[in-house]
Amino acid sequence: MKRAHPLTTTFALSALAFLYLPLLAVVVFSFNSAKFGFNWEGFTLEWYQKLFKNEQILELTQNTLFLALVSTAIATVLGTALALGLERYPWGRRMRASLETALYLPVVTPDIILAAALVVIFGILQTVSSVFQPGMLTMIIGHVTFQIAFVALVVQSRLAGLGRELEEAAYDLYSSYPDLLRRVLLPLLAPGIAAGAMLAFTLSLHGFIISLFTAGPSSQTLPLFIYASVKRGISPEIHALSSLMLLATLVLVLGSERLSRRKA
Amino acid sequence: MTALKKTPSNTAPSRFVVWYGELTTSGKLGRRGWLFALPGVLWLLLFLILPGLAVVAVSFAERGQYGDIQWNFTLENYSRAAGNGIFGWSADTLLALARSLWTAGLTTVLSILLAFPLAFFIASRPEKSRYLWLTLVIVPFWTNLVIRAYAWMLLLSPESPITRAASSLGLVEAGAALYPSDFAIAVGMLSTFLPFVVLPLYSSVERLDWSQVEAAQDLYGRGIRVFMHGILPQVLPGLTVAVILTFVPAMGMFVIPDLLGGGKFLLVGNLIQQQFGSSRDWPYGAALSLVLVLLTLVGLHYYRKYGKGVELV
Repeated sequence: MKRAHPLTTTFALSALAFLYLPLLAVVVFSFNSAKFGFNWEGFTLEWYQKLFKNEQILELTQNTLFLALVSTAIATVLGTALALGLERYPWGRRMRASLETALYLPVVTPDIILAAALVVIFGILQTVSSVFQPGMLTMIIGHVTFQIAFVALVVQSRLAGLGRELEEAAYDLYSSYPDLLRRVLLPLLAPGIAAGAMLAFTLSLHGFIISLFTAGPSSQTLPLFIYASVKRGISPEIHALSSLMLLATLVLVLGSERLSRRKA
Repeated sequence: MTALKKTPSNTAPSRFVVWYGELTTSGKLGRRGWLFALPGVLWLLLFLILPGLAVVAVSFAERGQYGDIQWNFTLENYSRAAGNGIFGWSADTLLALARSLWTAGLTTVLSILLAFPLAFFIASRPEKSRYLWLTLVIVPFWTNLVIRAYAWMLLLSPESPITRAASSLGLVEAGAALYPSDFAIAVGMLSTFLPFVVLPLYSSVERLDWSQVEAAQDLYGRGIRVFMHGILPQVLPGLTVAVILTFVPAMGMFVIPDLLGGGKFLLVGNLIQQQFGSSRDWPYGAALSLVLVLLTLVGLHYYRKYGKGVELV
């Protein structure tokens, strides 16, 4: 690879700075004791302390984490199974094409469309059963629907990278299919599955539009709360909250990078 | 399928197949494939395909007095999307559609321009540190959209250093904020979608065959021609993915215009959100959603037609 031209480097680093400027601003503000405005009035942890005493925010955190954990668990199981089914069996060409189209539809449509479609179907289903009133269940369903594709994508690429030799070797040693799955395929896939799950978790943690459309009054989440407070006029606690969510993202993204790069 | 035919044991009784080392029958194999795929397929049918069809159906229905759905066939929602309101024709909806196309297109172009140096820079790093740089690009991509939009509201507010610098250069009036404005929307969109472009572009740039570039230079090609003939054809596949990953979500974006445009610069996304939120007019919202899907497909079609017909992914 060639050396980068100094001009290229300058532009590249400015682009990165442009990406990080807003994130940095929020973190800096979370430690600023000034309540309004841009003036730096000294370092404080006050906003973090207030945040941890705010019961509403603690409840929202619980909701957000519950939603992310449950939807990620469901999406990981479904997505992994789908990837295994798609990648390891002789589907007809038409069948495979239509399965893959359905699977990747959420990735290539604006998410507001999926959100709108879910509102409509839940609205219709509500007349059948009150289970489909806007609330935690409808949010979980919405999140799972867009997470499945991401889990399946990650697991599928890992499966394709694995090759078939180890499976063939296992059969040559008279392995049964359940044994192969349990002792060969799943352990080899584990880093891919974990990476997919972590991405799905991050997506759910920040998932905003689908939450906004499908949430009920008792199932508010942190992104919805932040959005509402931005519209109302923000308090510095939000800076602290945002910084903590940034930190969580950083840990998750770095973790999933690590896992997906690990050699089998 | 082809793998099945290639295996030698196909000469044995036709029911038996050897599928990558496993002696099995095609029926068993198919059943197992479905067993794995079925739960996911059912989920997608129920919560993706069915809702999609419901949107199509509802877009031809009427809004009841209380925001409910009356199943009377009508084309009124589409006529409204074309601008025909109770008070006669107005350009507002069409303007929002045009603005969405323009904003998404502009975002895509600007992101690509900014992504090129970044992709080349990362590819020029030593192999070990490339992952670190890539991760640096990915992290903002996974952070909360609302938080980022809010951060730009802070940075573009009247008392921020950026705004002060702009006003001292005479770009804005003293004491004015840089948002809400088209500029603020563009900045917010650009910072949201830049990572979507850098990642696929980088994967093409990393595999670039530099001998082609050198050949172009040996033939006394100048900067722009070297780029057009030596580099662009090679990175086109990555660029195609990048355009799709940027243009499609940008078309439906509503958080950034909502927060950074101050609700004054409406895009289709905002209109749709209103119908499903405060206005509670699902049939009209459904019609707008379908128009949005259609516009996205048209945009992608033209891109593929004039983007030298590169295959998707």
